[in-house]
Amino acid sequence: MRNPVYTAIAIGVGIVVLLGYFLQFDLLINLRIILLEWATILVATTLLIGVVNLFIVHWRKSTTDQPNRVNSIALLAGLTITLGVAGWFGPTDPYSLWIFNYILIPIEASLMGILSVVLIYAGVRLLRRKPNLLSIVFIATAVVILLMTGPLFGIDIPGLAELRIWIGKVPAVAGARGILLGVSLGIIAAGLRILMGADRPYGGN
Amino acid sequence: MDRLNILGLIFVLVFFGLMIAASVVLRQREGRKLREIPAFVRLRRAIGLAVEAGSRLHISLGRGQLLSSQSAIGYVGLSILDRIARSTSISDRPPVATSGEGSLGILSQDTLQDAAKYLGVESDPMRGRITGLTPYSYAAGTLSFIQEEDIGANLLIGSFGNEVALITDAAERKVGMTLGGTDNLTGQAVLFAAAQEPLIGEETYAGGAYLGAGPMHIASLYAQDILRWVLIGLIVIGAILKLFSVL
Repeated sequence: MRNPVYTAIAIGVGIVVLLGYFLQFDLLINLRIILLEWATILVATTLLIGVVNLFIVHWRKSTTDQPNRVNSIALLAGLTITLGVAGWFGPTDPYSLWIFNYILIPIEASLMGILSVVLIYAGVRLLRRKPNLLSIVFIATAVVILLMTGPLFGIDIPGLAELRIWIGKVPAVAGARGILLGVSLGIIAAGLRILMGADRPYGGN
Repeated sequence: MDRLNILGLIFVLVFFGLMIAASVVLRQREGRKLREIPAFVRLRRAIGLAVEAGSRLHISLGRGQLLSSQSAIGYVGLSILDRIARSTSISDRPPVATSGEGSLGILSQDTLQDAAKYLGVESDPMRGRITGLTPYSYAAGTLSFIQEEDIGANLLIGSFGNEVALITDAAERKVGMTLGGTDNLTGQAVLFAAAQEPLIGEETYAGGAYLGAGPMHIASLYAQDILRWVLIGLIVIGAILKLFSVL
């Protein structure tokens, strides 16, 4: 164990925040709010550290002879220019918004375009990799929903619209709720393990 | 006091009690048998193969914020990263972690450093990388990382949306094993189609137990199983009562 003090602080803070959520006592609620505000400030700081980490990684790559170092140089140039423009003129200035509207949004939109192709390819690959009943049901459901979401050249196939609504309302919702219940139990278990000190993501395992 | 809050607290306390009871029972019994999950069987094999072949293991921790319910899946990812970092001690190329959130990135560096200290080897903090801070920039950064490095297996354990398809596609092109699990429903659907070994629902949270992270991980699985049956029973009773218009 690295330091039992860290573990004690983590367990204590976790218990106060958990109890402050369930029990409506002023002292607990106020303590919970203060602790969450501190955590918010800490998380915002880690965002800045994240940017610094990104910069250091790509600085190393661009200054050494590594494959695709051009990408790292482009990233560093983009980061510096965006930071400079938004820092100097402000994030809502037309110059900053120009970068956002004409560079960032088109890049993300093109990635979304690529994503649709990748997803179709993944569907085909799924049938080749695991040609079982589950995969067939998965692909058939996706195709039915896709067919009924688009206009389908104005052709109205009787029963398909109802089928789509039924799939959306009954099996899809039932499956999603089942998965979410399992996920919720997993979340509680992970949280309790940390509160008990059995898991220490803050170091000291 | 709100009745729902009290019920919630009771549920958490029952969960806690079941975990303690299960850990006591497990300590007394020899041999802890877990249901076989093919993804974890293949993962253990992939870890061995990566060590033998001298290739890297890549753990992608997603972009779950630590101040939300997504933090739980992030902690599970860190637990798995810790186990893998310790079990690949004899490898020439230690595992690397990528994340799309500042705090997760720092925790991944801390986890890798901790494992290195435990094994008595040098640790490079840059093995825990933040590859992007928005969903698509994270995906773009991670896929270029996968393309550049000699990676034997990719583990995607964290909070991902549909952008995870771009990462799995890059991983498939490198012919390495891809195991993926997330807390996000859209991400799960995408991983079911795109990952070689998808983890569904609570299977993702069982990673620590299957990789030997400690007896409390196994105890929590038993507690989850008991409470799942209780919930199933309550849902069925509720549905029957609704059918007969009692509720």
